[in-house]
Amino acid sequence: MSLRAALTERRFAVTAEIGPPRGANAEAIRRAARALRGWVDAANVTDNQGAMVRMASWAGSLIAMQEGVEPVMQLVCRDRNRMALQSDLLGAGALGIPNVLLLTGDHPKFGDHPDARGVFDLDSVQLVWMARTMRDDGRLLSGLELKPPPRWTIGAVENPFAPPLRYRAERLGKKVAAGADFVQTQYVFDLPRFGEWMQSVRELGLAERCAVLAGVGPIRSAKALDRMHQIPGIVIPDEVTNRLRGVPSDRFLDESIAICAEIVRALREIPGVAGVHVMAFGLEEAVPEILERAGLGRRPQAVAR
Amino acid sequence: MMSPHPAPPRISLKTALALQRMLRPDRMRYAFAAWLEATPVAYRLFTWWEEKIKGRLFGCRMCAQCALPSTAYACPETCPKELRNGPCGGVREDGGCEVYPELRCVWVIAYERAEQEGRVADLRRLQRPIDQRKWGQSSWVNYWLGRDEGLWE
Repeated sequence: MSLRAALTERRFAVTAEIGPPRGANAEAIRRAARALRGWVDAANVTDNQGAMVRMASWAGSLIAMQEGVEPVMQLVCRDRNRMALQSDLLGAGALGIPNVLLLTGDHPKFGDHPDARGVFDLDSVQLVWMARTMRDDGRLLSGLELKPPPRWTIGAVENPFAPPLRYRAERLGKKVAAGADFVQTQYVFDLPRFGEWMQSVRELGLAERCAVLAGVGPIRSAKALDRMHQIPGIVIPDEVTNRLRGVPSDRFLDESIAICAEIVRALREIPGVAGVHVMAFGLEEAVPEILERAGLGRRPQAVAR
Repeated sequence: MMSPHPAPPRISLKTALALQRMLRPDRMRYAFAAWLEATPVAYRLFTWWEEKIKGRLFGCRMCAQCALPSTAYACPETCPKELRNGPCGGVREDGGCEVYPELRCVWVIAYERAEQEGRVADLRRLQRPIDQRKWGQSSWVNYWLGRDEGLWE
């Protein structure tokens, strides 16, 4: 079933994530896609995530489609100027990639090519705006006409947990004004803080205009937990950390999956949350279990075309 | 090329807004700006002087399309990702910049200043992409000649 249909029918949507490999091989994407097929409405295909060079997201999106998984093609401002962004967006339209997710991108400093120049010709809000203009007005940023215009849904991201906290809902408001149809958030571990952000989102009237998909995901190991604590913008409350540290290492992942499922259950009760975005990089096989434990079954089958 | 470093403004938003009122575009300044543009030596001297002043006060990098009036006079071009529409998702819990943790995120600074003076609505404006050809020009000349209209909605 498609993400667009899930959002317009107001069915609780599920997206996941596929990270393309470092290498010219389609198998890793096929394997991840097969694990997710039937369980998600769509899966993001990341674009040089963490500023690490990987196979292009458009190529990964195409492979996911061949495996029967609807892709959300990620596209970052870090690696392209406004011309390359637009041509990649047109390419996505021509290939039938139904969704794009537009973001600024991590700084090169944190990746495998810290010596690279970050482009940042546009920021994420400007990229969303440009994409909306391409789709709805059929025009490039230069004003030149497009024929035919692309038809993807436009996604964006927001982090409800990073300062300035009181500005975070407003910032989503800018992305909605610029044209975002849906937004995926940073990992939610701190439910009270997420609830406060959602309240502001509702008060600003954004939840009706833009589907909010809350980010969740299992933490693979104690080492991964330590690493996640280091990542700026991810907030893991002591309660979660203590629970994970309290179990023997062979039960770590199991506990982590249980916590993730509990968070999904809690998120389903928050008004205005339109779905979840499950980030389980390298743990795609765990996604069905998380969803089942959270009371979300397989996705409704797509009508035969 | 070094990434830009977040720069805290050296003057309060109140002072900056008072200066803004003093330097508002008018017919005289339009004529002065037009004369500067027609007189290369004077233009270079004026731009050099502008760079010194705005560099010292705001960490100005001379993008020549000044966003300051809409960002509580904290310069978004000093963000390492040059974000003109608000902070990235990597701001640290203490308000530190993701890329340079020892420096405060310029958007955290902008929000605090805007909130203090009741100008948060300024930060809701959509900022258009800048014209990358204009780096090094005088933003004051562009402003007085009315070229900044349409920088934001």
